[in-house]
Amino acid sequence: MTRALIRLLICITAIIGPAAAAAAGPSAQAKGAPKPPTNDDCLACHGDAGAVGANGRSVAVKAEAFAASIHGAGGLACVDCHADLAKGAEFPHAVTLKKVPCAACHDKAVAAYETGVHAQARRSGKNLTAATCIDCHGTHDIKPSTDPESRTHHSKLLDTCGRCHGDEAIIKRGNIRVGNVVELFRDSIHGKALTRSGLTVAPTCSDCHGSHDIRRKTDAASRVYRRTVPLTCGKCHEGIVREYWTSIHGAQVEKGSPLAPVCSSCHTAHEISRADVEGWKVAVIKECGTCHEESIKTYRDTFHGQVTALGYSRVASCADCHGAHTIVPKADQRSMVNDANRVKTCKKCHAGATESFAQYDPHGDSSNRARNPFLFYTSQFMKMLLLGVFVFFGIHTLLWLGRGMQLKAAARLRGQGDDDSTEDGR
Amino acid sequence: MTSSAPPSDPMTVTHYRRFERTDRLLHGFLMFSFLGLAFTGMPLLFSHETWAASLARIFGGFNAAGLIHRFCAIVMITVFVIHLSRIVQHLFIRKDLGILWGPASMVPQPHDFFELIAHLRWFVGLGPQPRFEHFTYWEKFDYWAVFWGMGIIGGSGLVLWFPELFAYVLPGWLFNIAMVVHGEEALLAVGFIFTIHFFNGHLRPEKFPMDSVIFTGRVTVHEMLEERQDEYARLVSSGRLDELASAAAPRWVYTLGRSVGAVAVTFGLIMVGLILFALLTK
Repeated sequence: MTRALIRLLICITAIIGPAAAAAAGPSAQAKGAPKPPTNDDCLACHGDAGAVGANGRSVAVKAEAFAASIHGAGGLACVDCHADLAKGAEFPHAVTLKKVPCAACHDKAVAAYETGVHAQARRSGKNLTAATCIDCHGTHDIKPSTDPESRTHHSKLLDTCGRCHGDEAIIKRGNIRVGNVVELFRDSIHGKALTRSGLTVAPTCSDCHGSHDIRRKTDAASRVYRRTVPLTCGKCHEGIVREYWTSIHGAQVEKGSPLAPVCSSCHTAHEISRADVEGWKVAVIKECGTCHEESIKTYRDTFHGQVTALGYSRVASCADCHGAHTIVPKADQRSMVNDANRVKTCKKCHAGATESFAQYDPHGDSSNRARNPFLFYTSQFMKMLLLGVFVFFGIHTLLWLGRGMQLKAAARLRGQGDDDSTEDGR
Repeated sequence: MTSSAPPSDPMTVTHYRRFERTDRLLHGFLMFSFLGLAFTGMPLLFSHETWAASLARIFGGFNAAGLIHRFCAIVMITVFVIHLSRIVQHLFIRKDLGILWGPASMVPQPHDFFELIAHLRWFVGLGPQPRFEHFTYWEKFDYWAVFWGMGIIGGSGLVLWFPELFAYVLPGWLFNIAMVVHGEEALLAVGFIFTIHFFNGHLRPEKFPMDSVIFTGRVTVHEMLEERQDEYARLVSSGRLDELASAAAPRWVYTLGRSVGAVAVTFGLIMVGLILFALLTK
């Protein structure tokens, strides 16, 4: 505390000293109004790395960092932002200054921010630590997002967002429902491209979520709102999304279906992996099955479905026969499973497939008599056979076991097992 | 009965030959190919189970497990073909028509049915233990179950192995049926062999822990007298009993048989446990 007071004292002398000297000058009293402090005036105190306020918190400002910042380089004065000191307040000034109104210059960005989820969380009082301008941009050392050193540069943004969205404690405290998405994103194809391969074309947070106007996915104006997701992904994956809109899923989404899948329904939002990775190919089948329950049930009864259930992707999964982004109903001539295209589709794996081969039902349902009559009766027969054999021999075995044990026990009682005769049991 | 130590050393009493060496060898190959097929096939049938994925991984994944499955299939089909050729040899070269009908035949006959009824009555204390011939009714059932199973599972398995080839003569929807038949019949075979056959052959109180006859090929005179009186009486009256007499098999054969049998029974029961777990927790 004493040290702090000493520092404060130094500050006071530093400001009053030159001021007193100026006062002695001839032109000092030319105007009645006090002159606003220059940057040098401010740095006289705040330039000291150890400078602390009366409350003990550091009030140091790195002079070089500010000079290198976009505001410093642009010739802005401290009091341009800290406007409440512009009128030449008395020094040392009050401990708390007014919040810097970024909107004074950056009105559009702030207006956008006000529509976003961060501002919303603050306004509702649910999360008073939700990010404001300085949480992402910093304070005195703000650099343009085009500068590789900037917190908001493409390559750095993940860490910046990750300060909150990658911090379990903050996620918990702020009740951020989506969880630690930064961690998930780092392992995604996008995250790896961005951080490991250094690809500037790989998306970072803001490419999908926007920067200032980040909105909830439930907000119809959000870039990640269901119906908008294909447009957002389509900014890069243009060819895929063009295909997607021609599919039954795309058409349904366009019509406003709340169920039809958009990109993220199958690919997830933050964990997106390469589509040719075994784990993903196998896992995505479950996604199809969340809506197509009947199809996944019958698929699982086939060799294809069993092998993929075990975790191996060498056999056909949904997309291998139905396509991925171009899925259309079977009746559609373009469908890969349309009668006209079935053989060709089978041939992708089974080179020797013929019309006869393609009569195989990849979704054969042994409990559906109308669809697969022969399969139905075969299955019924097999079930009866199994039941009959196991019931009969189950009883046979249990009875025999009981009789055998009884005779053994009797023999043991009689002759301690020496005499193994069971003649009287016959 | 026989499993309790007979008064004299079982290694010194008279034995009678029951299974030829080739048949014992064939049974050995059958055992191991069957175990291999079961352990690489059941994971598919229970693919939603955690143990199924682990088992598939143990066998080296889908490709390796599939390879083992097909290798074991070739072994088993070879066993089947050799067995069939031996039947043909018996019938047409040795002119041994006795394997088709009669006391030493594997073909079910009316007396088998009566013996079954009598046996069931004996189980519940309603009658004396029936007398048996060379093959009992449950042995015949075991044999024909495997025989039918080989045809059905082997046939459907080949269809599933070479669908493109079979599609030249069969409609594709038969593959759906082949799939169901292959799986259900395999479940039947695995369930039957690893419980009923194990019990009938080895685990029942009279035989516990195991019957070595399939490994040694010989039964003791006591076993003959207690289990197959009809056969014994027939062989005595025809004077052929002495032709079959022999010494006990070498000790190492017993040791080998016991070890192999113990391994097979252990793995079989593990598989039964896994299947039961899957069925009960479904």
